[in-house]
Amino acid sequence: MQLRAEDLNVNRGGRPILQGLSFSLHAGEALLLTGPNGAGKTTLIRTIAGFLRPASGKLAFSSGPVPLEISEQCHYVGHQNAVKASLTVAENLAFWARFISPPPADHAWAGPAPSGQTDASAAAVAGPAGAAGPAQSVAQALQRFNLAGLSHIPAGYLSAGQKRRLGLARLLVVPRPLWLLDEPTVSLDKASQQILAEAVNEHVSAGGMAVAATHLPLGLAAPLELRLGGGNHAVVIAAPALAPVPPASEAQSK
Amino acid sequence: MRQFLTLVKRDLGLALREGGALGTALGFYLIVVAILPLGLGPDLNLLSRIAPGILWVALLLAALLSAGRIFENDYADGSLEVMALGGLPLELVAAAKALAHWISTAIPLALAAPILGLLLNLDINAYGVMVITMLAGAPAISFLGAIGGALTLQARRGGLLLALLILPLYIPTLIFGVLAVSGSLLRDGSFSSAFLILCAISLVSVVLSPIAAALAIRLQIG
Repeated sequence: MQLRAEDLNVNRGGRPILQGLSFSLHAGEALLLTGPNGAGKTTLIRTIAGFLRPASGKLAFSSGPVPLEISEQCHYVGHQNAVKASLTVAENLAFWARFISPPPADHAWAGPAPSGQTDASAAAVAGPAGAAGPAQSVAQALQRFNLAGLSHIPAGYLSAGQKRRLGLARLLVVPRPLWLLDEPTVSLDKASQQILAEAVNEHVSAGGMAVAATHLPLGLAAPLELRLGGGNHAVVIAAPALAPVPPASEAQSK
Repeated sequence: MRQFLTLVKRDLGLALREGGALGTALGFYLIVVAILPLGLGPDLNLLSRIAPGILWVALLLAALLSAGRIFENDYADGSLEVMALGGLPLELVAAAKALAHWISTAIPLALAAPILGLLLNLDINAYGVMVITMLAGAPAISFLGAIGGALTLQARRGGLLLALLILPLYIPTLIFGVLAVSGSLLRDGSFSSAFLILCAISLVSVVLSPIAAALAIRLQIG
């Protein structure tokens, strides 16, 4: 499983935001996007999610035998939480658990990765903790993010941090290999940031991937860092090495 | 299919719980229909002659009021972006939301028509056919409205813009709806042709509108 960007150029409003960006990310790796405001962190995440089209360059995600769109395999947590004020906390999460489709069965990311390289770690982590293997139930995910006691309260009454946690709990109820997190720690307290870091760590060590834009260190175990420069041009300062292209990744682009 | 039904059910639940959209639309419908006889004077013959047209025009305007909200809230709180990645094609997301609007708003508006018809001295023979034609036109109202709702997502206070975009699309529905009602009253045989065209308009909108709405949404969240 690999996410790969090659010579990616993205414009917003006629202005180049990302220029000549190349990186690759593999199963079991987390990538932190850092950089000053306006450096293109959100732009990159939204491009990976498929909301923005790159002006040129290639963006490919190869995971199983069947080529799937990135948008069908990623979780996106943006600036907004996608929480409905008039639904209860549990109803909000239950809706997303039913609505978001897991990857198809023959594409079994959940559990050991198809390449086999992460078999051991996936079994070790998914076994006892049950973190990233099969989807957690709504109740479990709420428990995880300390929302269990609030599950019958309309989400409109939650604080900003609690809404954020409810938005993040979506990551756990449907297994998807790629997590795209845009400023996930906004309005989270220290304890909740810790919970998020643990969740991301478990996801990654079970063979998943995560891309997070952030100003704060997330507390992840050994993340890669992609530093986007400010000013008019976004420059890659420290990018993970570009690995040779496996044949499977040619199946899809953009 | 399960995702589609989940979304329809959620939107219906939200409409039921929040209630604002239907309440506003019904209130507007009532106000327009109630105030027109006051302006036109107590000529009962005149009123009953123009009643079908007034009911149809008021229905379309009332539906327009709520059409802007089909996607608005989900866009504002980020749900629409998550839905776009949910695995269900955006066309079906748009269709599910338009379907929920049809059930939660357009059908109640159509069913309210006979009650409001009392205020306009609607011909006693027209009540049944009024409801039937409005129900037949209701899918077109919701699904065409969804295009407008999707196009005006980023326009703050896009209500007037929505009306400018969508009212022209509503005109065929209006013409054939009124034609069907008057045709059935005159018994000149024009009812069935007008009614069938009305049904055709609805069916075409159900098929084509989600595609247009999804295209608009993609542009707006890009």
